[in-house]
Amino acid sequence: MLRLVIRRLLQLIPTLLGLSVLLFLWLNRLPGGPASAILGERATEEKKAAINKLLGLDQPVYVQYWRFLKRMVQGDLGTSIQTGQPVWDEFTLRFPATVELSLMAILIAIVVGIPLGYLAARRRGGWLDITAVSVSLVGICIPVFFLALILKGIFAVKLGLLPSYGRLETGINATEVTGLAMLDGLLTGEFDATWDAFRHLILPSVTLASIPLVVIVRMTRASVLEVLGEDYVRTAESKGLEARVVRGRHVLRNALLPVVTAVGLLTGALLSGAVLTESVFSFEGIGKFLYDAIGGRDYPVLVGFIMLITIVFVLINLLVDLAYSIIDPRVRVN
Amino acid sequence: MALLSVDELTVTFGGRGRASKAVDGVSFDVDQGQVVGLVGESGCGKSVTSLALMGLLPSKGVELGGRADFDGTNLLTMSQRELRDMRGSQLAMIFQDPLSSLNPVVPIGVQVTEILQRHRGLKGEAARKEAAHLLDRVGIPDPTRRLKEYPHQLSGGMRQRALIAMAVACAPRLLIADEPTTALDVTIQAQILELLKELVDEEGTALLMITHDLGVVAGLCDQVNVLYAGKVVESADRHELFAHPMHPYAHGLLESIPRLDAPRGEPLKPIRGSINDRIAWADGCAFAPRCDYYTMECLTGTPALTEPAAAGHQVRCVNPVREPVEIATLDTPDVTATAHGGTSA
Amino acid sequence: MSLVTPNTSKIDRLAELTATHESSSGNSLWREAWGRLRRSKAGVIGAVVIAVFVVLAVVGPWFAPHNPAAQIWRDEVLINKGEFVGPRGENWFGLDHLGRDQFSRFLVGARQTLLVGVVSMLIGLVIGAIIGGVSGAAATLGGRNGKRFDTFVMRVTDIMLALPSLLLAVSIAAVLGQSLTTVMIAVGVVQIPIFARLLRGSMLAQGNKEYVLAARSLGIRKRRIVMTNILPNSLSPVIVQATLSLATAIIEAAALSYLGLGSPDQSAPEWGAMLTQAQRFFDNAPMMSVYPAVGIIITALGFTLLGEAMREALDPKLRG
Repeated sequence: MLRLVIRRLLQLIPTLLGLSVLLFLWLNRLPGGPASAILGERATEEKKAAINKLLGLDQPVYVQYWRFLKRMVQGDLGTSIQTGQPVWDEFTLRFPATVELSLMAILIAIVVGIPLGYLAARRRGGWLDITAVSVSLVGICIPVFFLALILKGIFAVKLGLLPSYGRLETGINATEVTGLAMLDGLLTGEFDATWDAFRHLILPSVTLASIPLVVIVRMTRASVLEVLGEDYVRTAESKGLEARVVRGRHVLRNALLPVVTAVGLLTGALLSGAVLTESVFSFEGIGKFLYDAIGGRDYPVLVGFIMLITIVFVLINLLVDLAYSIIDPRVRVN
Repeated sequence: MALLSVDELTVTFGGRGRASKAVDGVSFDVDQGQVVGLVGESGCGKSVTSLALMGLLPSKGVELGGRADFDGTNLLTMSQRELRDMRGSQLAMIFQDPLSSLNPVVPIGVQVTEILQRHRGLKGEAARKEAAHLLDRVGIPDPTRRLKEYPHQLSGGMRQRALIAMAVACAPRLLIADEPTTALDVTIQAQILELLKELVDEEGTALLMITHDLGVVAGLCDQVNVLYAGKVVESADRHELFAHPMHPYAHGLLESIPRLDAPRGEPLKPIRGSINDRIAWADGCAFAPRCDYYTMECLTGTPALTEPAAAGHQVRCVNPVREPVEIATLDTPDVTATAHGGTSA
Repeated sequence: MSLVTPNTSKIDRLAELTATHESSSGNSLWREAWGRLRRSKAGVIGAVVIAVFVVLAVVGPWFAPHNPAAQIWRDEVLINKGEFVGPRGENWFGLDHLGRDQFSRFLVGARQTLLVGVVSMLIGLVIGAIIGGVSGAAATLGGRNGKRFDTFVMRVTDIMLALPSLLLAVSIAAVLGQSLTTVMIAVGVVQIPIFARLLRGSMLAQGNKEYVLAARSLGIRKRRIVMTNILPNSLSPVIVQATLSLATAIIEAAALSYLGLGSPDQSAPEWGAMLTQAQRFFDNAPMMSVYPAVGIIITALGFTLLGEAMREALDPKLRG
């Protein structure tokens, strides 16, 4: 178990090194170089040269890369061009919002997806199965930002049922504890803040949930179908066990193993989806900030955020693998 | 009256024009404490018969016909609920591949205790104790430790012993064993057969033994039914069948066993072709394409089951074989000597 | 072998009865798969959708009624007042926010979308298959050094897979600058590790099969075994993935456009770019977004349906 953790953490190093080379090249190849990015396109050549000297850009590429890497390792990710704040601070400020959104989305996907996939498999070919399969097929094919747009258009603009942007209504008192708005409301007893945060979360999290939901439904269905044909299910039936026990202990427990792995791999897609979803709903998380950074050519933010998101992604997958090794005894022994 | 009386059982798969009969009018009896063999090559319908008796065939796309009276009630018309109460307590089954037949992510102990809880109402410590006792009884050493282990941590023989422990946990009156030794090493095969024999003798449990292995039959069964393409082609008690096999198929099966006392250089005598070379029973004898003795008469309608020689020795053939087969091991049906390998099913 | 002298009429009768008894065997795997695919409703629907899309993309732009880049009806669209022009006789899909004919743009967009999908799929497929194929061949038959090489290659693909795909595409797109080529490369590169791992995994599975052992024990040259046995038998999951990745490529390209990293060329937008522009006016002119969106969804659905149907047709486990 410990060896697995160490191995995976060591694997993170080449990943980040490779990524840093890519991002460094990117920074260096910017039209006009970082100088124009900082000073704007119309800066004079002297000023650019001064900046270049100041940033050490007049030195050979490998020296520059070394310095870039050294700063990164020391945790200095630079400052945002848009806000003038350190990139690290911007990240930690917005990270909880994205965590809250993603957790909610994954929760919806699991709570809806697993029963749906299970029932679809049990009644293979029935109307529920056909609906679930077709809806999930269409779900894969809808661009996330378009789905967000439709949901917003219907439930926020047309029907006015739910707020269309932000995390909290202005004027609502909310004390920050963890940064997860709903949890904070519960902790401090500001239940109206919890309720408001919840209402703001519904549309973005439903949108974002569409990505993992589709995958979970399809995986659960396929996996249950496979397990239903396994010999050990027949053995369980031959023992005359209650249908409830056969379903829970023998079918679901086995069928959910591959779904757990899928949930881990989905976090990547979830983070990508968060960029699109948060921007449509102006939900102030790292995704929205990244979206603004792309538009505003805020390169330090782009570089820093992509690095940090990669680390988060790898760590989540590590956690999922650990969870997997706990629930599957066959892996545990190895 | 027989404990289990199967009468004209048919199992039809498919439907919508492409129906195929996997079991085609099979009849046989199993008495209290008797060991009955169902013998044939893969695809002859023997496993389907056992699953039909247990009510384990899928409800969709399968049609059952005939009767299967267990202690006077027809198993085929029972509701799922009634069957659930029967399975595991009155009827139990042992399967071919012990690894895939055990749930890989649930400890052996839970898989044994769950049946005790279901049918005998044992819970907690009492269930654990009884489970350990059961494992001990089927010859698993250090049972309390094994209860906590998972199937992949056990050897093949241990796994089959664990499955047997589950099957006999509630002292069923009929045990169905579907090729219980096929997936095991030869030495383990003999041990498992010995164990089954022991349990049956001690408890007076009836055993329906499904196998393609004539060695298993010789060592264990009182009565033997030979199946071919979904029909019983020969039925007799063990001694009668081994001494005077009359259906060309049964005759061929016995003759194809290699013999140690045969002169060197004498060729083996296989049955030619495979079960796919067959004709429909409605047109004649399904075995005709592989038969050395077939006549025009064999190709006109289904042959009837008759008793041409001895009482109780039924044969479905218009011109049965009359020559006996010499088998060296016939009079010493010792299981440890007769299990002769082969993992094909 | 027979003890009885065969009687001709008897044999004829037997042959006749054997023939009437249905027994199917001898069909090749691929032919069987093809038969199953043709019987699959989803597969047929997918194929039809794809066929319509391809015809639209290839022929459509020649039939575009207007110049897709010309702002012919500029003064009829008043963005500030929220006045847009919907479908009418001359403009079947209405006008976009700059007074251009939406239908003409849709037809041109079909071609651009197909181009993006196919080229990025090919980038991923060709490079990924080369990497995966060499790696798989090295791992199955290359001895110890081959295994080392394989491990190294797989570590590299691990690294690529460790990045959320959209962010990897964003990074690449940002390095290369805005253009349609950039989009194709960015979307294609993301697919490389997927194809590589798939082909390699499939080859490894084939390499462990007994027929490969048999071929090796007969002394057949390794290169020949790989080319004639392992590779052809490993291709089916790759073909399925290629079909499915056409769908993802089209959707990812749309996402890159939305993030402002798509092609800046307004005269020939792909559907993603059209959708990105239109979505700003969604509240006032929802139909403007719906045309390109439905185009993307239906097309992606077509490729997904066909891909899934192919997967089911080719997977022996799902038979019956």
